Amino acid sequence: MLWIAQRASAAVLAVCVVVHLATIIYAVQGGLTAAEILGRTRGNVGWLAFYSIFVLAASVHAPIGLRAVFLEWLRWRGASRDVALALFAGLLAWMGMRAVFAVFM
Amino acid sequence: MRVSVWKGGADGAFREFDVPRHPSQTVLDVVTYIQRVLDPTLAYRYACRVGMCGSCAMTVNGVPRWTCRTHIDRVVRDGSLLIAPLRNLPIIRDLVTDMSDFFEKWARAKGQFSGSRSRHDDFHAVTPDSADRVQADAGIECIGCAVCYSACDVVAWNPDYLGPAALNRAWTLVKDERDGARLERLRSVAGDAGCHSCHTHMSCTERCPKHLSPTASIAGLKQEILKSVVRREL
Repeated sequence: MLWIAQRASAAVLAVCVVVHLATIIYAVQGGLTAAEILGRTRGNVGWLAFYSIFVLAASVHAPIGLRAVFLEWLRWRGASRDVALALFAGLLAWMGMRAVFAVFM
Repeated sequence: MRVSVWKGGADGAFREFDVPRHPSQTVLDVVTYIQRVLDPTLAYRYACRVGMCGSCAMTVNGVPRWTCRTHIDRVVRDGSLLIAPLRNLPIIRDLVTDMSDFFEKWARAKGQFSGSRSRHDDFHAVTPDSADRVQADAGIECIGCAVCYSACDVVAWNPDYLGPAALNRAWTLVKDERDGARLERLRSVAGDAGCHSCHTHMSCTERCPKHLSPTASIAGLKQEILKSVVRREL
């Protein structure tokens, strides 16, 4: 199940990263100011949904990848590793969603 | 030609020998010369000498190979050769490794055929060009030489990992329509010790002397497991 979750989140991330980069390039080339960007994101449910999905996919994907890194490079396995990774997933989700809501509210 | 050969157990060291060059000389010829002429205590394995048994596999200049099918001309560098036992297996002595783990992992991957018919049933006719049979045939010629296992970085990092040969064997049985233990086998090759730990480095495929692709077999296992999870069989 973890493998499926990682592959599925990778597919979501692939799309999200492309859209995110395209948006950055568009915003920079168009010469948008921070205020203008916030004017477009505040109250916009579409951007809220997109970046929420982006953050949640990253929160699922990164800890599963780290799980293999910990096993193969540090020989760290078992409950302590999984609890640490669950906390890391929670931290990523909290920090990411905090940023998403900061530009939405 | 200067030949450095591993002598001793895990805490051993390389010892240098001077060996005369001959036309069409193989690495196995060199090892045999050393044992017969220079150092009768040298331990190594071989049997068929023609690439059928797989018992003479060693690490030659850092690469796992069948020594009987490796000509010196192809591997010698600056007139010297480094011959070591296979990586990822405990050394018994000199060039001989303990292959118990390697074969126990075949058993753990349910590498035994599990027939679904008894002697009272009729023969199970298998169509040679059916899609499943073609996929099974692509991996069936493995002779268990452990070259892929020695080449695999994931085995080096995660000693529980079943390895390319055992997973390739499991794949050929998953694709064998006569076999009756598909789900049990898929269960035993999933997870951290199984196919899901493969990083697709393809070292096994690069080094396999039979030109098989364990990487493709492992990818096939991942797909079969995914299908079975979606169908709620696993």
